Amino acid sequence: MNKRLLFLLPLAVFVVLAVYFAIGLTRDPSALPSVLIDQKVPDFELPPIKGHERGLTSEDLKGQVSLVNIFGSWCIACQVEHPFLMKIKGENRVPLYGVDWIEKTPDDGPNWLKKKGDPFTLIGDDPNSKAAIAFGVYGAPETFIIDENGVIRYKQVGPMNDKIWEETIWPIIRELRKRGQKDAR
Amino acid sequence: MRTVFAALVLSLLALAAGAVEPGEMLDDPVLEERAREISKGLRCLVCQNQSIDESDAELARDLRLLVRQRLTAGDGNQQVIDYVVSRYGDFVLLMPPLKGATYVLWFGPAVIAGLGILAVILFFRRRQRTPPAAPPPLSADEKRRLRALLDKDAE
Repeated sequence: MNKRLLFLLPLAVFVVLAVYFAIGLTRDPSALPSVLIDQKVPDFELPPIKGHERGLTSEDLKGQVSLVNIFGSWCIACQVEHPFLMKIKGENRVPLYGVDWIEKTPDDGPNWLKKKGDPFTLIGDDPNSKAAIAFGVYGAPETFIIDENGVIRYKQVGPMNDKIWEETIWPIIRELRKRGQKDAR
Repeated sequence: MRTVFAALVLSLLALAAGAVEPGEMLDDPVLEERAREISKGLRCLVCQNQSIDESDAELARDLRLLVRQRLTAGDGNQQVIDYVVSRYGDFVLLMPPLKGATYVLWFGPAVIAGLGILAVILFFRRRQRTPPAAPPPLSADEKRRLRALLDKDAE
């Protein structure tokens, strides 16, 4: 009897591996875990984009829960996401900061925003990936949720939409705000 | 034939050149050599199966420049690599580091191959040690049938 079972062992191993690989195939290889979750926002200081007065620094991200969105006028997924960002701005629920990443010319970002609307409270220009690398960004758009102490709490890879917002982003923001109020008392 | 061979050799040389542009290179050849060495071990996060040394992606270029900036500022090779890992995690290393979480990855294949070889050795040893048992003697009936067959052949 035992010997018979031994013959089934390769089949059992195969089934286990097949299940593992099948699960692996359904996962998106470009969605990598961030090592920066629960770490302080890296120190950075970005100049303003052309035509704007203020840039963006890590200091701006302290004091309240905020979102940092890495975008570029060259990035197709950012175009898809843009109307949603405008909607968030319209609802005025949370400050949204922008990092304008590796534009071909200094005019590209400002022109894009002029044409489509500017959803950002402040924007920093990042032509050499200084902030992008500090944030561990590898594609646009990426959005970070920063708590009021300037700690990174969540990273969204790829464009946000209503579903992601309602199911993930907004609950985290609400939770962080609740926690912040408790600490203040 | 010779031209084909020459073309092949030349195309291989082109592969070895990587994506580093002349403007990116450091004046100090020693530092540049170190930068190249570090870059070859860092994964381009856009194309994932290329190193930043080979990739034309903009992020790869910016990472190459960052590596060079840090080296020029006096960082050691490991410090530079540690910085990039602190931003992007172990995934950015083309060679996974040897640590608790990766023991299975590093030693798993060798262990499985070892077990397989061991199983084969045991299998053959056991076969050698137990010679096949002598078959039971023929019954009277079988003997009669055998003789009949042999006699038939002899005719």
